[in-house]
Amino acid sequence: MNPEPFEPRLVGFLCNWCSYTGADLAGTARLAYAPNVRIIRVMCSGRVDPQFVLKAFKEGADGVLISGCHPGDCHYQEGNYKALRRHRLLLRVLEQFGIEKERFRLEWVSASEGPKFQQVCNDFTAQVRKLGPLNLDGNGGGRHA
Amino acid sequence: MPEGKPKVAFYWCSSCGGCEESVVDLAEDILAVTAAVDIVFWPVALDFKKKDLEALPDKSIAVAFINGAIRMSEQEEMAHLLRRKAGLVVAHGACAHLGGIPGLANFWDKSAIFRTVYHDTVSTDNPAGTEPQTESIVDGKTLTLPEFWDTVRPLDAIIDVDYYLPGCAPHRDLIIKAVTAILEGKLPPKGSVLAPNTSCCDECSRNETKPEKMSIKEIKRPWEVIIDPQTCFLAQGLICMGPATRGGCGERCIEGNMPCRGCMGPTDQVFDQGAKFLSAFASILDSNDEKEIERLVGSIVDPAGTFYRFSLPSSLLGRKRKEARP
Amino acid sequence: MTQHITIDPITRLEGHGKIEIFLDDRGDVERAILQVPELRGFEQFAVGRPVEEMPRITPRICGVCPTAHHMAATKAVDAVFGVSPTATARKLRELIYNAFFFEDHILHFFFLGGPDFVVGPQAPAAERNILGVLAKVGLDVGRRVIRIREDARGIMAYLCGKAIHPVCGLPGGVAKGLDEEHRVKFLGTAREAVEFAEFALGVFDDVVLKNKSYVDIVVGDAYTIKTYYMGLVDAKNRVEFYDGDLRVVDPEGREFAKFKPAEYLDHIAEHVEPWTYVKFPFLKKVGWKGFREGRDSGVYRVAPLARLNAADGMQTPRAQVHYDRMYAVLGGKPVHHTLAFHWARLIEALQAAERMVELLEDPAITGTDLRNLPTAIQGEGMGIVEAPRGVLIHHYSVDEKALVTKANLIVATIANAAAINMSIEKAAKAYIKGGQISEGLLNMAEMAFRPYDPCHGCGTHAWPGGLPTVVLIRDHTGAAVRTLRN
Repeated sequence: MNPEPFEPRLVGFLCNWCSYTGADLAGTARLAYAPNVRIIRVMCSGRVDPQFVLKAFKEGADGVLISGCHPGDCHYQEGNYKALRRHRLLLRVLEQFGIEKERFRLEWVSASEGPKFQQVCNDFTAQVRKLGPLNLDGNGGGRHA
Repeated sequence: MPEGKPKVAFYWCSSCGGCEESVVDLAEDILAVTAAVDIVFWPVALDFKKKDLEALPDKSIAVAFINGAIRMSEQEEMAHLLRRKAGLVVAHGACAHLGGIPGLANFWDKSAIFRTVYHDTVSTDNPAGTEPQTESIVDGKTLTLPEFWDTVRPLDAIIDVDYYLPGCAPHRDLIIKAVTAILEGKLPPKGSVLAPNTSCCDECSRNETKPEKMSIKEIKRPWEVIIDPQTCFLAQGLICMGPATRGGCGERCIEGNMPCRGCMGPTDQVFDQGAKFLSAFASILDSNDEKEIERLVGSIVDPAGTFYRFSLPSSLLGRKRKEARP
Repeated sequence: MTQHITIDPITRLEGHGKIEIFLDDRGDVERAILQVPELRGFEQFAVGRPVEEMPRITPRICGVCPTAHHMAATKAVDAVFGVSPTATARKLRELIYNAFFFEDHILHFFFLGGPDFVVGPQAPAAERNILGVLAKVGLDVGRRVIRIREDARGIMAYLCGKAIHPVCGLPGGVAKGLDEEHRVKFLGTAREAVEFAEFALGVFDDVVLKNKSYVDIVVGDAYTIKTYYMGLVDAKNRVEFYDGDLRVVDPEGREFAKFKPAEYLDHIAEHVEPWTYVKFPFLKKVGWKGFREGRDSGVYRVAPLARLNAADGMQTPRAQVHYDRMYAVLGGKPVHHTLAFHWARLIEALQAAERMVELLEDPAITGTDLRNLPTAIQGEGMGIVEAPRGVLIHHYSVDEKALVTKANLIVATIANAAAINMSIEKAAKAYIKGGQISEGLLNMAEMAFRPYDPCHGCGTHAWPGGLPTVVLIRDHTGAAVRTLRN
């Protein structure tokens, strides 16, 4: 039994044009937020292949975040709408795999929304902390046996 | 048997026998094959004993075709034994390749399955609550059964697999090509799937009927509509796994006027067939409005069981999350 | 000194199975048990699936008789939606089904069961397979078997996508129709099938019935058990494969029960043992009394001989002639001699071929009305067919989205599981006495289970080679004393 309090390990796929820049802004503005999200920059939220999300869970992530441009603002026009459709459908599939929908989040964060990025990270971290570790194989290892 | 003929073995794990049947369906073509090889091990037809197999020198069997998924302890043991004795191991059919239909059991575990099969099914009469045991005593005699695992696995989760012969059951042309390639020593790199690396859509007779921009406004289930025998299923609003499924199967289901369900598994570049199909299908849903998207997505029943119909054990997550042990 | 004999694996039937034979102090057989060491759990993982997918999921229970599961599932789905197939669709389903029955039965006789007789139970094991059969009846016959089987499966593949794991069944009909060109082509195949079935019965007559020593084995006590019999019958109580009522006769041949598929739960229940993964169906109104024969035991048998026993006749004229003959030769109804399953199987193959001709001679089979579209979800449905190996029951319950909430499957071969155990034990008791075990044991034990043609893939595996059976004899300490293999 691990006596340490549970610190969620979160993976965040941030789109280059909006969300990654917004996260940068949170940093340069010295806004403090939970350090649990490991950030991966992608060119567009529509680049996020559902396989990435599943691999993150399989490798031990307790939660996965995708963040992109607001609807209508996608640098590639439609990419974030595809991300939206994929997210909603993947939530249904994750439910059948026994993974709570609160562990997989889609947000829109623009380049100027540093404070929003701060709030998303804090919120998501708190939410997953309440859910506990993902623990796919039931053994506490986090990795599927 | 003349010396020098390569030795071949067939074995089945958690299997329906359809892959065995597909070999017999080679009909007269199999005579040429059987003339060229020495079938030393085929439990359903030839003299077989585990001890005989154990006594063979390692790697003395040229090729072992193993079909069926791994779901019981005896199957796992046999897979390991065959791996030692065979130079090449071919995962034969969807179950060995991906886990197959029996892999759907990975949405449950042993205790749930036993509960249903031996207690809750409506015709089961079991007041004593009996369940099969790995060891039981009958009239003072001990009887044994292999263990039933919680999780179904594809063959390559247990042993090193050299090649995969996909399909449920594999098309006869693929079988003949595979056996010929093995006999002639003209095999692709180890780990290859012995079928074309293109999707079903590529060779589908309905490909031309796809609209310029595929866009689904309503999703239909096969029971709800009269299925047009000429038009692309996706264009009709029916879920068809063609885009995420490897071709080479002869499009037999399509010719039967029913959509693809993905038995050939994905192409080489894909790790998780269900996720890939999800990605493609979500891309073609015709809406940018959140509410409408949610309605469309909500109208898809059993997405996981449909997108992973044959491939659940080989998927990234592999099985439904298990409950945490206390 | 008690001995314990293991035959592992059983071959040409269950893919995985072993027989344990226990001897008493005198070396006589005390108990024989067939264990099935396999389970996949279809009844569980069906839950949550869209019910219209069940005809595409359940054929994976068995790759040798997938069409039986496909048809039972399709009928259950019909019932779930409260629809019946259109007239054309019904004809097409029956065509597919009879083609399947024909080719499956023919394959069993020539590749699997037939060798016991055509070559002879005393013949060396190395000859008791398809090659031995061909040596006896000629290579041409072998090619005819392969070709007629291929052609019959071609009918199934054309209409249903694939012969292994068909796809065409939908509630209220089928997905694909038949055009005139193919009707004519398939009619040719059907007529050849009738001729071939007659030929096969002729082979049986020449090789078995004209040979007194075989006939003695057939009617001998070692291979006779007196049980109830169950089969599907039409409105005139004739043998029916696709759709009808279930009829049960008692060991004296009197009608014991007749019921509609929807009432099966009033009549059939399943018993569980800890030493095997299969369950044992039995007649509820008699009760489970153990592995015993007779009126007081709920054990019943299914598949060809049982179907003929439970019916009053066949549906087609040529098959009827052979039906009458079989009962005349074997001393009236019901016939309890297990080896007669082989004969009944060929008579059924003939009926299936004759039905194919009838269906294909009807021009209405090229109709274009293929589906009655469902308009409502009923909630629960049963689909019962005769699989080549016996009564097959699919029963689904669904929710308001027509997703499966419960599934109950009683699979044909399983209904014979108790009888197979009893048949093996009886044969073992007849041939193993005083601790004397011989090669003959192997032959005779195998002959006890093979007539049932138990499913699970083996029916097709009689390629060159011997009967792979090993008998391991251990003494009471478990040490190996002798090993016999053929």
